[in-house]
Amino acid sequence: MLDYTKKETYERSGLRVNPAKTCQPVGAMYAALGVHACMPHSHGSQGCCAFHRMFLTRHFKDPVMAASSSFTEGSSVFGGGSNLKTAVKNIFNIYDPEIIAVHTTCLSETIGDDLNALIQGMEIPDGKYVVHTNTPSYKGSHITGFSNMVASLIQYLSVKSGKSNGRLAIFPGFVNPGDMRELKRIAEIMGVSYTMLPDTSGVLDGPMTGKFSLYPKGGTRVEEIIQLGDCVSSIAFGKFASEAAAEALYKKCNVDYQLLGMPIGVGRTDEYILALQEFTKEEVPYQLEEERGQLVDILIDIHPYTCNKKAAVFGDPDMVLGIAQFLLEMGMIPKYLLTGTPGEDFEEEAEELFAKFGVEGCRAKAFGDLFELHQWIKADGVDLLIGGTHGKYIARAEDIPFVRAGFPIIDRYVHSYMPLVGYKGGMRLAEMICNALLDRMDRDAAEEDFEMVL
Amino acid sequence: MKTIERVLDKYDSKVYKNRKAHIVEVGNNDNNNEIAANTRTIPGIITQRGCCYAGCKGVVLGPIKDAFIITHGPIGCAFYTWGTRRHKARKGEGEDNYLQYCFSTDLQEADIVFGGEKKLKQAISEAMDLFKPHTIFICSTCPVGLIGDDIHAVAKWAEKEYGIKCVAFSCEGYKGVSQSAGHHIANNQLLRYVVGEGDREIKTKYAINLLGEYNIGGDGWETERLLKRIGYEVVATFTGGSKMDQIKNAHKANLSLVQCHRSINYIAEMIETKFGIPWMKVNFIGVEATIKSLRDIARYFGDPELMERTEEVIADELAQIADQMEYYRGKLKGKTAAIYVGGSRSHHYQDLLRDLGVRTILAGYEFAHREDYEGREVLPFIKMDADNKNIESLIVEPDPEKYHLFLSEEDLKRLREEKLIDYYGGMVKDMENGTYMVDDLNHYETEELLKALKPDIFFSGIKDKFVAQKAGILSRQLHSYDYSGPYSCFRGTVNFARDITMGIYAPAWNYVKAPWKMAPILVGSLGGEKAC
Repeated sequence: MLDYTKKETYERSGLRVNPAKTCQPVGAMYAALGVHACMPHSHGSQGCCAFHRMFLTRHFKDPVMAASSSFTEGSSVFGGGSNLKTAVKNIFNIYDPEIIAVHTTCLSETIGDDLNALIQGMEIPDGKYVVHTNTPSYKGSHITGFSNMVASLIQYLSVKSGKSNGRLAIFPGFVNPGDMRELKRIAEIMGVSYTMLPDTSGVLDGPMTGKFSLYPKGGTRVEEIIQLGDCVSSIAFGKFASEAAAEALYKKCNVDYQLLGMPIGVGRTDEYILALQEFTKEEVPYQLEEERGQLVDILIDIHPYTCNKKAAVFGDPDMVLGIAQFLLEMGMIPKYLLTGTPGEDFEEEAEELFAKFGVEGCRAKAFGDLFELHQWIKADGVDLLIGGTHGKYIARAEDIPFVRAGFPIIDRYVHSYMPLVGYKGGMRLAEMICNALLDRMDRDAAEEDFEMVL
Repeated sequence: MKTIERVLDKYDSKVYKNRKAHIVEVGNNDNNNEIAANTRTIPGIITQRGCCYAGCKGVVLGPIKDAFIITHGPIGCAFYTWGTRRHKARKGEGEDNYLQYCFSTDLQEADIVFGGEKKLKQAISEAMDLFKPHTIFICSTCPVGLIGDDIHAVAKWAEKEYGIKCVAFSCEGYKGVSQSAGHHIANNQLLRYVVGEGDREIKTKYAINLLGEYNIGGDGWETERLLKRIGYEVVATFTGGSKMDQIKNAHKANLSLVQCHRSINYIAEMIETKFGIPWMKVNFIGVEATIKSLRDIARYFGDPELMERTEEVIADELAQIADQMEYYRGKLKGKTAAIYVGGSRSHHYQDLLRDLGVRTILAGYEFAHREDYEGREVLPFIKMDADNKNIESLIVEPDPEKYHLFLSEEDLKRLREEKLIDYYGGMVKDMENGTYMVDDLNHYETEELLKALKPDIFFSGIKDKFVAQKAGILSRQLHSYDYSGPYSCFRGTVNFARDITMGIYAPAWNYVKAPWKMAPILVGSLGGEKAC
């Protein structure tokens, strides 16, 4: 397994091996799916759209609908304007969405299609919308694409009417529908009226009904996006996936925002609750206090198995930082943190975390890849690996227990329905981590040391 | 209104005219089942098609285990083709296998602006340091073609600099109209730079190539097991589980078997022209199809002993699966299926389903050409359009040293007339009248046709799988086999039957409707009569 990977360090500047990121458009597509009755549209050759739909479907195991401009060699030479025009006409005619959210690709970006001008020159049916975002695949990652799409939806649609709607805007970041449900549940328990953008719950975790629906019940409504301009304030989870959206809403409609880390674990969920309390100025209901207490109780119960255990975490930057903090709360050592997404902020935030919890010898890297992470692990091992499916090869090669968390998970089921965020998500993650460590202990125990009680 | 008309009715006149030509009610039309295929998808239509890169790197080249494939472009294209197609390969002693790895130049904005050749060279030199491959393939993605990186010059440089084999494939995603263009480009370069280079000694005269078998879920291994059992020597499999050394020696075989006609027919023909090896369309999916293929191959070699051995193996393999086949036939007989896959399986699996008593009522291809539907006799009548003309048609000549004929010219002529070799009859001849054949079946048509035809199973890919299942129709992936397999030959048929029986009879289907949705809310009596 991965026999060519050796522990000796080697500086690479040309060859990317086993990436820990993918390209912008897939993130934009995911964000657009979180808008109700929206047809995401990929402005490029149809392979991009096919790849992105394939990948999202494999993660969510639910239909992922999106259209393509289906570029040919001719459109690549003469520009994709007429393809987009035809596409928009056909999409409204055949699939009748309320809104089309176009994202570009490296193809349409390289030839320089001006989407602003193209959309302005289009006939759009009354009451319907066409928006776009630029997602050149040669910049950033899928997280950047997600962030760009959410920001563009706001730039295109949100309006400040001058009359506050008393709502809080919530930007959940690139998380699963199960996480979005949990963030909303907490807001509801706190008595906050909110608009979440995007909201893929009810879209990509849809129930089996015996009837296919092109536009499932979930998703942020276009009116709600328009009315984001009238929100009192906003909470953005994750600098990488959500700050751009909050900033866009601030710039366009003067809605103040609070930037929080992905609320994984105790401390970061506390911050979310405090932010909600600041909004409502009400007592925190006992229900949440109880959940918090349960989580802390669990962390104390399991500490003999988690304390001082070393873990490597890879994936999307906001998610990795969230998990890292939770590991620290569990007494674990997040020895290696790696994301494929570029951005020095990741490394800085990680260093702050290491310092805050007083751990030494930990390492964080942005714009890295799994080949390098594997080299680090070979040189100095860890007790646990946490990340998406692609880590399973390292886990097998080095015989390390592996917990799947983040995106993409294309070899397991149910994960997208369940949260990692909030106290409930913390309990789930704690259970997964503890079970992985205990299963390993059981597997490796000598017969005379194999215990009934742990 | 007829089913098809009702579906097409939603389209505006332009789309209507286009799509109508891609939909055929078999035996119930006035143009001899002619179908439009291998033409552009209309923008905005939700197609399941992919791109040229997917066909080249993903389909044809990807399975070659010891070719170090560098995707030259931004990260996505390499990422999406990393381990997602289930082409299996074993690493033998002293062999290389890079299938667990994904290599890309991960081009950044500056590379797009100033050119990516320098980074590609750097990537190659790093690959040499870290992996020491004997073969590097470079596959380009959309922006690379636009910024004009000369990947072929870089390949030449690498060959000289490192003494390795390095082949470049200009398979930018925008070329052609689907994956099909990428198959062609991959075929061209493999023939041009790889096939014919080997000089391995061939042990038997029953030496064959297995073309268009990508070893998804282990299909190729099962087929090779069967062929070897009879006494054939598989020189090269294109390309499932294969290594460069096998591809290089493909010219040593005495017959090329073609499983997936669409993706590999180019090289089958070029190998024949250049090296004298005829090709035979076979199908190792389904029991009857496998038996026919085995008998056809034996007939080509014409050796009575081989024919006898073939019958022995058939009888033994049949005996092994007889009980299970009877059980599954009992479970599946009378069911109906719709199939929408790439460019060959929609035909192949109809044979297998027939073995199980399942009728195929709708079948279509994602990226096939007219001959895959109607048979190669239509080849002279296919009009070339601008998209197709842009894909190079390689002109090959007989190789003065390596050209060899196993059979005499007369025998070959006779076998050609009998359509045993160098022929594929297409899908339509095996479809019942009144069934439907649809090219580039899009999302809207899928939804509507499934509603209208109500098949028990929809065989498709991952993108439309859950569309069907949400509507209560079992869907199994026939690209990736839903993580199962092998499905080929005798044993594979049983695996397949087991999987779909499991799917149709999964208890969860009984719970789709909540009980309170089926029962009346109020039970009482009204005027002495029971209301519900």
